[in-house]
Amino acid sequence: MALKASALKVGDTHSECVVENLSRTQIVQYAGVSGDYNPLHTDEVYTTQVAGYPSVFAHGMLTMGLTSKMLTNYVGDGRLTKFGVRFTNQVWPGDTLQSIATVEAIREEGGQHLVDLKLSTVNQDGKEVVSGSATARIDA
Amino acid sequence: MAKITFPVEATHIMMFARSIGDTNPVYHDAEAAKKSEAGGIIAPPSFAQAVAQFDPEYHLRPKPGQKWFGSAKGPSGIEGKPASSGGLHAEQHYEYIRPLRPGDVLTAETNPGKVWERESKRAGKLTFRERVTEYRDQNGELVMIARGVGVTTERPVDQG
Repeated sequence: MALKASALKVGDTHSECVVENLSRTQIVQYAGVSGDYNPLHTDEVYTTQVAGYPSVFAHGMLTMGLTSKMLTNYVGDGRLTKFGVRFTNQVWPGDTLQSIATVEAIREEGGQHLVDLKLSTVNQDGKEVVSGSATARIDA
Repeated sequence: MAKITFPVEATHIMMFARSIGDTNPVYHDAEAAKKSEAGGIIAPPSFAQAVAQFDPEYHLRPKPGQKWFGSAKGPSGIEGKPASSGGLHAEQHYEYIRPLRPGDVLTAETNPGKVWERESKRAGKLTFRERVTEYRDQNGELVMIARGVGVTTERPVDQG
């Protein structure tokens, strides 16, 4: 279902839990499909003993993908014109993430209605792991 | 940088959607997708990250006959290598002209962008490097622009 400009207002929000108790296996799934086999994400021995981190951690792009799930559930399929994120903190096995989109602007460009959204994904401690923005085409 | 040919396939899209826990039928059910607003299966917004599969030289994939820096018998397959925090992904931005669909054969061309440095309390000197990738379809039409920023840290990121 597409969003409608007439039914949206600045400050509206949509949020979803995008992963609960993130498993190492899901990180492996993402490594396999994306092709990013950096051992920092899947190899506990290397990551703790050589790289000096407390455990493996998720690909930033897995967190972006999780965030995108909330985003497309909100704006609909094939409607994004822009989507960008900064990775502000690492995501660890066991994390539970909540993603939220907040309407920043509703505008019209060349006859097309658009919504600008601010994005944030936070972990179970309230720490932001992704901050970002997106623009999507919406109906009148 | 060499151009990479990236064939977009339905099975790859299905597996990608699974890995992010997205059960939306538009990513795996051709019949349901046909009836949806998208008019057929499309790729999730960050799917183009999987272009790495089609880069023959991709440095984060083990290759036969070459030493791999992850663990095997020892904690790293490369002896004498100093501990390194390696590179991390700092930012990723996409501009979409249209969604990617199975059957698309994309050409990805990446060019280096800006480089900048910053001091950080948690990881020492940070060096940021931007890379801009243009994706064109089988008709030569620009379909997507990706801008990634990688960061190398002086030391592992402090978790305190």
